[in-house]
Amino acid sequence: MLHTFVAYVEDKPGVLTRVASLFRRLNINIISLTVGRSERTGYSRMTIVADASDQAGHRIRASLYKLEDVAEVDDISGVSAVTRELALIKVAANVENRSGVFELAEVFRARIVDLAPESLMIEITGVESKIEGLIQVLNEKENRVLEVCRSGKMTMRRGHHTSRVLRAMGVASEPPAANDAYKGDESQAIHLE
Amino acid sequence: MTQDESEFHAVNPARLTGAEILWATLLGEGVTEVFGYPGGAILPAYDALRKFPIRHILVRHEQGAAHMADGYARASGKVGVAIATSGPGATNLVTGIATAMMDSIPMVCITGQVSGKVLGTDAFQEIDITGITLPVTKHNFLVSRAEEIAPAIRAAFQIAQSGRPGPVLVDITKDAQQASAIFDFAAAQPRAYTPHPMLHCTNQRLHEAAELIRSAQRPVLLAGHGILQARAGEQVRSLAERMQIPVGMTLLGLGTFPASHPLNMGMMGMHGESWVNHAIQEADLLIACGMRFDDRVIGTPATYAPKAKKIHIEIDPAEINKNIPVDIALVGDLRDVLEQLLPLLPGRDGSAWLRSIEESKGTAAVRDIRNLPDSGHLYAAHVMHDLWRITEGRAIVATDVGQHQMWEAQYYHHDHPRTLITSGGLGTMGFALPAGIGAKVARPDQEVWVIAGDGGFQMTAAELATIKQEKLKINIAIINNGYLGMVRQWQEFFYERNYESTPLVSPDFVKLADAHGIAGAAVRTRAELEQTVQRAREHDGAFLINFLVEQEDSVYPMIPAGSALHEMIRRPDQNPLIETPQDQ
Ligand SMILES: Cc1ncc(C[n+]2csc(CCOP(=O)(O)OP(=O)(O)O)c2C)c(N)n1
Ligand SMILES: [Mg+2]
Repeated sequence: MLHTFVAYVEDKPGVLTRVASLFRRLNINIISLTVGRSERTGYSRMTIVADASDQAGHRIRASLYKLEDVAEVDDISGVSAVTRELALIKVAANVENRSGVFELAEVFRARIVDLAPESLMIEITGVESKIEGLIQVLNEKENRVLEVCRSGKMTMRRGHHTSRVLRAMGVASEPPAANDAYKGDESQAIHLE
Repeated sequence: MTQDESEFHAVNPARLTGAEILWATLLGEGVTEVFGYPGGAILPAYDALRKFPIRHILVRHEQGAAHMADGYARASGKVGVAIATSGPGATNLVTGIATAMMDSIPMVCITGQVSGKVLGTDAFQEIDITGITLPVTKHNFLVSRAEEIAPAIRAAFQIAQSGRPGPVLVDITKDAQQASAIFDFAAAQPRAYTPHPMLHCTNQRLHEAAELIRSAQRPVLLAGHGILQARAGEQVRSLAERMQIPVGMTLLGLGTFPASHPLNMGMMGMHGESWVNHAIQEADLLIACGMRFDDRVIGTPATYAPKAKKIHIEIDPAEINKNIPVDIALVGDLRDVLEQLLPLLPGRDGSAWLRSIEESKGTAAVRDIRNLPDSGHLYAAHVMHDLWRITEGRAIVATDVGQHQMWEAQYYHHDHPRTLITSGGLGTMGFALPAGIGAKVARPDQEVWVIAGDGGFQMTAAELATIKQEKLKINIAIINNGYLGMVRQWQEFFYERNYESTPLVSPDFVKLADAHGIAGAAVRTRAELEQTVQRAREHDGAFLINFLVEQEDSVYPMIPAGSALHEMIRRPDQNPLIETPQDQ
């Protein structure tokens, strides 16, 4: 299954290697990994999506915590969270067949961010399936997809129940007993989407 | 605070070179001995060494330095320190670092690195040692400024010893050693240690565990290396005694629970005692204390202890449910957890279960080599048994890897912690001699025996010269069977006796010792054994004994890799060594 982790790591050289190396050592494929500055100075925030067995989540999280540079790890597989990915898609299109792409972009709530005589560029944000949907439809038309650049997933828990809040409240994160997958706290947060 | 420490605090803070800061910080961390080998990139540090009351043991190969630091740590519980130069010096450490990593040994390795301005240019003897050791260290640092040396070294010591211990490497550029900075030991203190956030041992869990223990009919306690690391020997003993729970030992657990204790069943696993493995397979409850269900201990997960509920008390959350799914995980410091658990356990009558284990031993006593007539052959098992008897089980024994290692574990009974020093997780041949040196340096008053195979001994035999140079009184027993014995055994059992590349031509080890100015003798029969061992012990200086043992003996029992614990290969009938009436 796909596991999604959010990790706060120290913003210094070599940290990405340590995190990536951990997955390599466990023979787990990273599907996507995004890193950027966070609200905490000196810390970057990573969203890591990895394909591993159902039970692997606990071990991955525990192992990530063993890295000296990792401050916090949240396993948000299967919990209520907002997930977004950004994609830039360059499509072959000229004056004749451009308008079809414009329409498509409209339907997918994407934006045209560059226009050249033989091509145009689409910017789209959303969940994975939405982005893949657009790429698929584009490929079905005569407009050839020339380039795709995807950011990888970024994820944030809904509501206030980040693991940091949980920990501050004194609710320790719990390693699962056998056959008892880690269950994130599904709060009664209002889903806006 | 030690004398050394207080002296140097008096001059602190002061402006020092990076090299001086390195030694001053080590001193502040309580270091009195280091194991190392110099070279260009670490030369500034060596140049400054004479100003500091730290003993430097010059090794013959950097792998030796790492194993010595490791043996030092295992024997004393203190952090071992190894030093090497950049490039080949640093890469030579790697096997030793990996050995320490696999067995969770607190160790700090310091390497010189080319100057900061040429880093990344493939300069002479530049190697990316922090990159290379990333997967085999608990953490590592690349330090390129004098100001960063003290904080990095102090952090390294904290990381190496805290939580689940492990090796840490600090790579220091040559220019950082040469530059100067204000040295302030106190200010270089690392931020407070934070335990792993996933430690978890709630009251509810404790009560559930206690209930399982109280109601178990056939409990077994599995004693691992973590008992030593957590200094929980007393608590484990209380638990076992109060609830009358028989104890099985892992290889690295040996010594943490006295071998002579009536509840100690002996070693479990691939070459463990048959009744221990049977007890585990029959148990209705396993209480795993500071052990990680290594594959050499469980046989195959699918058939492991099928009837047992499992309680796992362990400090590393990543070990929970890794190899064996458990029912209750108490994730935390073993001693703390047991301190909380013990008040919940009033006591129990375990006599029926203990009796049935005793019965399952059958006529094992008859197998005991003590009870067999001398056939004129010298068996490695004899050597181990007699060494144990003659040294009254009090020596620190550093073993290498192979058959002799298993025989040592079976026949040298360790009553005291930190008396068996052996590479468990990585199984590193060449470990014994340097690790024994480290142990002797750490505990000079203790009798130290190095027990190595003829194969493994030759991997690091150069350290004989270190013994001589450092005037160390170490006794060396080479179990010379003319083979890479453990591999030969696998070839015998699983490869139709195709002894490809396992017969071994060795030098005359006694002459080799002699060439190093070390006394020695060969032993061919059991009759010569005791007097030669006594001679070695009484000899003023190191002594090597070349035990010429039965060449094609095998370690029994043996669980073939991937088989269930109870599917053991037993010693065949015709072998006189440990034959029992039952086998016939
Ligand atoms: C560095 C290293 N290389 C190879 C091995 C594989 N290996 C395990 S035991 C063994 C044989 C050891 O022979 P010896 O030192 O003579 O000891 P014996 O088994 O004969 O007692 C070998 C080659 C190893 N453990 N370590
Ligand atoms: Mg041999």
